[in-house]
Amino acid sequence: MKRTIFNSQLLPWLLLAPQLAITFIFFLWPAAQAIRQSFLRQDAFGIRTTFVGFENFQRLLNSPEYLNSLQVTAVFAVSVTLLSMGFALILAVAVDRMIRSSRIYTTALVWPYAVAPAVAGILWWFIFNPTVGIMPYVLGQLGYNWNHISNPGDAMTLVVIASAWKQISYNFLFFLAGLQAIPNSLREAAAIDGAGPVRRFFDITFPLLSPTTFFLLVVNIVYAMFDTFAVIDTTTRGGPAQATNILVYKVYFDGFVGQNMGSSAAQSVFLMLIVTVLTVIQFRFIEKKVAY
Amino acid sequence: MIENRPGLHLAAHLLLIFGVCVVALPVWVAFVASTHGPTAFMSGTIPMWPGPHLVENYSRMLDSGLSTSGTPAVGHMMMNSLIMAMCIAVGKIVISVTSAFAIVYFRFPFRGLAFWCIFVTLMLPVEVRIVPTFQVVADLGMLNSYAGLTIPLIASATATFLFRQVFLTIPDELTEAARIDGAGPMKFFRDILLPLSRTNIAALFVILFIYGWNQYLWPLLITTSADYYTIVAGIRRMADAVDGLPQWHLVMATAMLAMIPPVLVVIFMQRLFVKGLVETEK
Repeated sequence: MKRTIFNSQLLPWLLLAPQLAITFIFFLWPAAQAIRQSFLRQDAFGIRTTFVGFENFQRLLNSPEYLNSLQVTAVFAVSVTLLSMGFALILAVAVDRMIRSSRIYTTALVWPYAVAPAVAGILWWFIFNPTVGIMPYVLGQLGYNWNHISNPGDAMTLVVIASAWKQISYNFLFFLAGLQAIPNSLREAAAIDGAGPVRRFFDITFPLLSPTTFFLLVVNIVYAMFDTFAVIDTTTRGGPAQATNILVYKVYFDGFVGQNMGSSAAQSVFLMLIVTVLTVIQFRFIEKKVAY
Repeated sequence: MIENRPGLHLAAHLLLIFGVCVVALPVWVAFVASTHGPTAFMSGTIPMWPGPHLVENYSRMLDSGLSTSGTPAVGHMMMNSLIMAMCIAVGKIVISVTSAFAIVYFRFPFRGLAFWCIFVTLMLPVEVRIVPTFQVVADLGMLNSYAGLTIPLIASATATFLFRQVFLTIPDELTEAARIDGAGPMKFFRDILLPLSRTNIAALFVILFIYGWNQYLWPLLITTSADYYTIVAGIRRMADAVDGLPQWHLVMATAMLAMIPPVLVVIFMQRLFVKGLVETEK
């Protein structure tokens, strides 16, 4: 709270006007429309709309496709988070040991943040392309016949790798900052007590890193659920047989390709609830981090 | 370092070199692919070292593009991406810095409500409400325009919170001194607040530029006219055509061109980039 303030009633509204106008027109109004449409149903020709109450939501929760999408999203989000955070943590611990070379390694590891998810999708799609990619060739030598176009497991692996790759640099930077904030004296004391590097990591470093880890867990789950649309769209497009059809992709597909407005709107409402919960968790945690 | 263990140190170096290689692998493969001619992909697997067609492939894409896919020259799409990224970054910063100023330095009715309206945008990412947002933009006649590409994306709760935090740390004495000297709110804003938040603005700009350049779903839906294609959204249209006629070398050249500007920004402004990344998550 500021003690010194300016006295004007009109000026603050003028200053806020652009932000509030955009928020109302492009955020709140569409969100309200989504909520309204989620209670409506259009006939096959889009002429008549009737109020159907919670029917859209009921249909959604009873539809095997939507339940499958929920499951796919959960598997995808957990895999991306674990793979990306695990890889990033190992690299961050290694860079934390370095003195002179840490800057070079950091630069060499952070740039993928700047690669668009769509481009990341294209790159990995090329590497794993069954006809010209190098990975199917290597896997073929090892006796595995890779084909993400027909094999659901391969398709999921591909989107997980592409999405996790892009997120490594973000996790790496936050883990490194977390590691560097741990006082060296704690690790030195443990070393004097005879704890080896592995023991020190699990008994001292990792517990002290837990605020960073928890924060990154939430951020990565949000990323995997909402920012990976482009990865899916440039690699598998939800296929094969819905194996990679995550929730945000399904909202888009049902709304724009399937033209099923009621169902798409109900899905939007569900997604808003999920983001709200995740945002609340994130903010509660950040309040705690200050006290930590 | 706590104790001297050369073996462990060497292992850490090897691990890091391995990690850097894994991270760089997809880009290396794309780069190699982009330097070969179309026949290199017919032999079965792609080569691992650069070929002789680098200049030819890149200049062809920049000047004329891939006509079979209906996309314009890559140079044109990069220009669109640049316009979009700049408008989004500048727009977000301008409206956020003024909003934060209003919220921190004024007391007015419904101030809390205004703050909450901005906060709520955090919970409404565009992917989630894509269908109704598209309808609004279509109703406003903003399809196929730079306004449609940028304006719906420039509301920003994170940037507003960031500037709010920055302003809250600026000592009250400065404001008092400015008021005693007879400065009005706008003069204080221009001559004291903006210069004091200069590095925050620069750090945020780096993050927002990358954000704007990398937009995919929104430009894909909003633009149906090739004049407004951005490179990141255009690349899929190009890859689609590939299924008919394998032009991998040209698609990968485009992928390289799509990532070069934001990657250079991160590498050369690493300090600002890290600052921006850490601050926007607070």
